[in-house]
Amino acid sequence: MSEHVASPKLYIFIFVTLLALTGLTTAIAYINLDAMFGLKNLPLNTIVALAIAICKATLVGLFFMHLRWSSNVMRLVVACAVFWMGILITLTAADFFTRNWTPIPRPWQASVTVQQPSGIVIPHRSLP
Amino acid sequence: MSEAHAHAAVAEQFDDREQQHEAAGLGMWIFLATEIMFFGGLFASYAIYRNLYPTGFLAGSGLLNAKIGAVNTVVLITSSLTMAMAVHSAQLGRRKALIGFLFLTLLLGLTFIGVKLHFEWYHDYLTHVVPGLGFHPEGADLAHIRALHAPLSSVELFMCFYFFMTGVHALHMVVGVGILTVLIINAFRGCYTRESHNAVEMAGLYWHFVDIIWIFLFPLLYLLGVTR
Repeated sequence: MSEHVASPKLYIFIFVTLLALTGLTTAIAYINLDAMFGLKNLPLNTIVALAIAICKATLVGLFFMHLRWSSNVMRLVVACAVFWMGILITLTAADFFTRNWTPIPRPWQASVTVQQPSGIVIPHRSLP
Repeated sequence: MSEAHAHAAVAEQFDDREQQHEAAGLGMWIFLATEIMFFGGLFASYAIYRNLYPTGFLAGSGLLNAKIGAVNTVVLITSSLTMAMAVHSAQLGRRKALIGFLFLTLLLGLTFIGVKLHFEWYHDYLTHVVPGLGFHPEGADLAHIRALHAPLSSVELFMCFYFFMTGVHALHMVVGVGILTVLIINAFRGCYTRESHNAVEMAGLYWHFVDIIWIFLFPLLYLLGVTR
């Protein structure tokens, strides 16, 4: 058999580390890091929590899911998936957060009224 | 014994057992890649809407019970350990240990779903914080929302994210419980040997993946509003 058989001791060590990291992330959540460092626009608590979550996910992936001993083609699949998720999140965020960077031309913002043949005036909603 | 031999055989499209094992692993990882994309969309929309309605998300997170969330995180991580040990037992061909660890994993999975249904979702239903089912928080919940100056509709939006994300995760758990049940029955029949136990390994990958999703859901949904 080519597959690697890890020792139960290693699994228990990883398990204890995961529990410790869960405790750590829960404890840190009760401290308001954003207020502590006086950061207005940076969600420091979430950044720290995500960093810990990434560490935990990496431990699960490497040891419980045997990526540490897997062939490179499987690691490539994981890397691709994570990379594509990165594209998904980055480009979506890039769209949303840059929408107000260029001002919308004035005539577009003004509300327009349309005279219908029936004589009823329908006001067009201006863009948000 | 004939049953065991039938399952131990190499399917005709593969040269040998090693190639079969490699192909199964690759296929499972590609499936998990699609799952990463699926949950990735949810995480992306969470990020966008949280940025648009920061107070609503903060107030909504305050409606959840972070202690129960933490307990469930521990339950799920423990189930990952028992699943890893089940795969380990299968690799060594220890049938009794395999059945025992699979059964423990099944119990922990059911505990997670039970806690979620009874202590969280049913509680949310009783306190009227389920979006679409007469969403109107009362008492301390409402005071908490008012204190953060969060529009009620934005809190409802957060609860939509909460129910959808944890709901889809719980659905994966239910599927996992079904897979474990089949594995236990097959393990009793002696289908898994030291040489041939791909199904146990692939189920393990799935179970650990569901655990990883929860590792991200827990801080994003529960820990966000514990202090504020």
